[in-house]
Amino acid sequence: MVNRTPVIAIIGAGIAGLEAARQLNDLGYKPILIEKAPVTGGHVAEWNRLFPDMSPAADLVQSLESQTAKVRTMTGTEIASINRLKDGYSLILSDGETLVCEAVLFATGFHLFDASKKEEYGYGIYEKVITNRDLEQWFNTRHDPRIGHPKAVGFVHCVGSRDVKAGNTQCSKVCCITAIKQAIEIKEEFPEAEVYCFYMDLRLFGKKYEDFYIKAQRDCGIHFIRGRVSEVGEAIDGRVVVKAEDTLSGKPVKVTLDLLVLMAGIICNSDAQHYAQQVGVAVDDDGFLKSRDNVGAIVESSRPGIFFAGACTGAKTVPETLAEARSAALAIHRYFSKRG
Amino acid sequence: MDFGFKLNPSSAVNLDTVDRARYDRLVQLEPDALTCIGCGSCSATCTAAPWSGMSVRKVILGLQRGQDDEVDSMLSRCMLCGKCTMVCPRGINTRHLILTLCRLNRKGEIVR
Repeated sequence: MVNRTPVIAIIGAGIAGLEAARQLNDLGYKPILIEKAPVTGGHVAEWNRLFPDMSPAADLVQSLESQTAKVRTMTGTEIASINRLKDGYSLILSDGETLVCEAVLFATGFHLFDASKKEEYGYGIYEKVITNRDLEQWFNTRHDPRIGHPKAVGFVHCVGSRDVKAGNTQCSKVCCITAIKQAIEIKEEFPEAEVYCFYMDLRLFGKKYEDFYIKAQRDCGIHFIRGRVSEVGEAIDGRVVVKAEDTLSGKPVKVTLDLLVLMAGIICNSDAQHYAQQVGVAVDDDGFLKSRDNVGAIVESSRPGIFFAGACTGAKTVPETLAEARSAALAIHRYFSKRG
Repeated sequence: MDFGFKLNPSSAVNLDTVDRARYDRLVQLEPDALTCIGCGSCSATCTAAPWSGMSVRKVILGLQRGQDDEVDSMLSRCMLCGKCTMVCPRGINTRHLILTLCRLNRKGEIVR
């Protein structure tokens, strides 16, 4: 392995993996993308439009894909095992190939919380209960018999996030703004519909997010109800009855809806935990991979040659993920420059 | 017939049947009312609130929940000093909003 261009295995070809591959390729390294799914682009490829500018998700993914066209990309490929070598790592892939590399970049992303685990919300039980991902797919395909022409639509924030009972105490960070984005899109699609958002807190921290909130209130007349939905039931006509407490007035509220959208949260990717264990990288209390330092070295692990980018270390927005991918590429460059 | 006890009506708000006519009219006339985030700055700064129970936040919310009696009772106690307008983080002209609301009846018709 002496005197060759360093090879960097990138696990996951979502936006983090693609962006890091692009940067590493430009820096003269040899990145190799390994993707479990048959296509690249990850979760973002399934999304329709991105906040805050409502830019098409497909444009971003296509741009990243075209800029990494020269990078060796192995889709539909799983990693059977990762082993530590003296000054590198070897990956045994599902197609039988063994890949020897000098560094590994985890761009393994996240899993979306399985909303059917919150049984009281009725996903998978009642027809009119869908998730944020289902709605995003409907925006893409316009095909979902559950949606129809709703006159009343509800959004439930924090489904599987900030919830000890669901095993996830962390905030998923992007659902507040996603719910508002989707609520506005629903209102634009069905102007006559009443739209309700049930929230615990609204965490609109990012650039232009607050503008989105004001737009949802003032221009779209979306009703924000501070209170966590306690239960969802089905009415005799197939609509869903939602119960919550309106904590601002201190009274229980009840509303009948034609469609209920659950904002499923971001949870750790169990595959990443498995790989981390094999190479001896620590997993944090929240299940995400543990950075060497949560302030100054978020893209570095505590083990030489193992780096992180994107949602493998916690919930991230798209621009944060892209910035981290670039940062990880530079951290890898510094690692090899020091090694000489 | 007196059974020696009575049933209290449910305090739950049913959003399917709530009449929001006055609120809908208010937001036509004062669109900024829609941007209330219920922070409570208005109530906290109100000179009369400790004695009168006046709270612009509760007025705006009460209109959306069909609590007309409470709303009217609060409105009748406002002195229109305008302190709430000075502190609203969303820049709602709360004093003007109260005046507009006082001109509407429960059906949302302008009567004054």
